[in-house]
Amino acid sequence: MSIELGFALYKGLYLARRCEEYIVRHYPDDEMKTPMHMSMGQEAIPVGICHALAGKADILATYRSHAPFLAQTGDHGRFFAELHGRVTGTADGKSGSMHLSAPEAGMLGATAIVGSNISVAVGAAFANERLGTGRTVVAFFGDGAVDEGTFWESINVASLFRLPLLFVCEDNDYAVHTPKSLRRGYASLTAIVRGFDCLVYEDESNDVETIYFLTREAIAAARERRCPVFFNLKCCRYLDHIGIAPDGDACYREPDDVQSWRARDCVATQRARLIRRGLSEEILADHEQATDRAIEISIAQALAASVPAPDRLYRGVFHETS
Amino acid sequence: MRRLSFAEAVREAMVQEMERDPTVFVFGIGVPSHAKIFGTTAGLEEQFGAERCFDTPISEESMTGFALGAALRGLRPVHVHIRVDFLLLAMNQLVNMISCYNYTTGGRTPIPLVIRAIIGRGWGQGAQHSKSLISYFTHVPGLKVVAPTTPVDAKGLMIAAIRSEDPVIFLEHRWLHWAVDAVPEDAAASPIGTARVLRRGRDLTVVAVSWMVVEAMHAADILARHGIELEVIDPRTLAPLDVDTLAASVSRTRTCIVADCDWVFSGFSAELAASITERCFGQLTKPVRRLGWAHTPCPTVRALENVFYPNAETIVHVVEDMLGCGPFDLAGVDFYNHENRFKGPF
Ligand SMILES: Cc1ncc(C[n+]2csc(CCOP(=O)(O)OP(=O)(O)O)c2C)c(N)n1
Repeated sequence: MSIELGFALYKGLYLARRCEEYIVRHYPDDEMKTPMHMSMGQEAIPVGICHALAGKADILATYRSHAPFLAQTGDHGRFFAELHGRVTGTADGKSGSMHLSAPEAGMLGATAIVGSNISVAVGAAFANERLGTGRTVVAFFGDGAVDEGTFWESINVASLFRLPLLFVCEDNDYAVHTPKSLRRGYASLTAIVRGFDCLVYEDESNDVETIYFLTREAIAAARERRCPVFFNLKCCRYLDHIGIAPDGDACYREPDDVQSWRARDCVATQRARLIRRGLSEEILADHEQATDRAIEISIAQALAASVPAPDRLYRGVFHETS
Repeated sequence: MRRLSFAEAVREAMVQEMERDPTVFVFGIGVPSHAKIFGTTAGLEEQFGAERCFDTPISEESMTGFALGAALRGLRPVHVHIRVDFLLLAMNQLVNMISCYNYTTGGRTPIPLVIRAIIGRGWGQGAQHSKSLISYFTHVPGLKVVAPTTPVDAKGLMIAAIRSEDPVIFLEHRWLHWAVDAVPEDAAASPIGTARVLRRGRDLTVVAVSWMVVEAMHAADILARHGIELEVIDPRTLAPLDVDTLAASVSRTRTCIVADCDWVFSGFSAELAASITERCFGQLTKPVRRLGWAHTPCPTVRALENVFYPNAETIVHVVEDMLGCGPFDLAGVDFYNHENRFKGPF
């Protein structure tokens, strides 16, 4: 991979990671009154995929959508405004962290009801094919969403209708605090999904470049064969299911498990690789500092922006055409 | 008498019923996990084993059908949902199967099944994690719906629900879990289908549902200082509804506010207002007034959440308007804002 492309991926990773590190730092100030499910540790997946689709993705995410939102839009200004509940956010603060969206930028939305975005993605892919938009739909969901019948119904319909969309299972082993082993009456998910008329890829690298190339390859193949793609991508959530406490603090998980993932952290890995390829420490540090400053400005602007006036409550229940 | 929180009362009811009857079991997503559904399932797995207290895949509809099947063959399931919003995925089993099973089998099939669901406001929970959906359940014949508001009733109605031969939807507002009161140690069921008059008063009846009972009691305290006496009634059971108790009160006070913990339009408050009006039309000096949530999806941002949800202050203002009294000086009154107990970070 070229240094430029590798650097672009690193920028995506760094932005998502730093935004959440700022959240961890500022959440205790109680200015962001919205329950948060952090992406930290899992950033390589949305960053690799959204970059591979180069602005031609339509994504549907879950409540764990900080990294998907930022990977797709880069818009940390509106991101922080929404988390702070300001009129400059993505929805006047009405959505908070759990329903981030930027439909104009292909971030179609995020749902807090497990599995509910998957069938929606199939319909969106159907529309893209019918209308010839050239865009590719990506559904992000966790390993827990696979427990829902709608996952199986959706992959069946997509296979039947030969829709080239991407089902992305971000497999972090846990659904809240329940491990996969207590939820699955089968050993291999991919072995079952392979029975559908779709392409199945597995990856455990947690590496943004690997995921980038995998996506390029899979989408090309899916477009040629006219069928959906299922990705099972292993990852680790560094923090608790909800909030900013480190995962592994509570009794349900071994701290060592998270530590071993942190040892091959996707952000650090990509940074080291760029240095090895000859990018200077200085260029990287400059970019990082500029990003940090930009994030700090976003947070300051969010704090300075207005909270919605009471009458805004009633706006947007129905679509207003102007 | 010893004091228990609402959450401890729910827990104790389940424990006592599980000790008494080996067919009772408790299950649902995250039920034995360390957070323990607001503490209500703490210790159950340890005491009764994984066969009688267990987690499930995230498969609400199928696990609801599972509960029905278990009830058909002699077990007494208690199925728990940490938010009522998730129960929407199970509405097919609930409405098409469970609610009419006894009827379509000629009245020969007891369905001893309890579905617990947490409802209402939390901390920035937004559009998909804070519903109540009360009228969704009360609308359907064949379902009993209870919504206790005190620790005593939480215990008594949970026991009654588990012993019931019919499906019972047991709705718990999440903030009520903190309420503390004296609770009897023995396992006595409170009858399903009776309202409780929580406070006597001559001027106006407030019929309040779930969390709004707390707000109504607070409003009654405030107004008492200004010489206004509210009568506060907690229906406790929403279906079947004890209209007699409501009508008896309104016939005396001749003025009524219905305070619901849900959207107003087509909501349970409409049923309360209609039932009361049908019985008390001649005595009412004014139409029954309803209050509840704003008719919008629930916003996350606190500034709009505070507009979305009514509280004791809302009730006080409606009382002023209906009785033509006030406006009372509310300066210095600390209105409940339990959302502040959920301090960020989550
Ligand atoms: C239909 C539904 N059931 C239950 C929940 C409660 N819940 C929220 S997140 C979650 C776990 C989901 O795990 P997974 O799909 O693996 O996603 P992750 O949180 O790991 O990203 C559960 C059970 C919900 N939000 N929606």
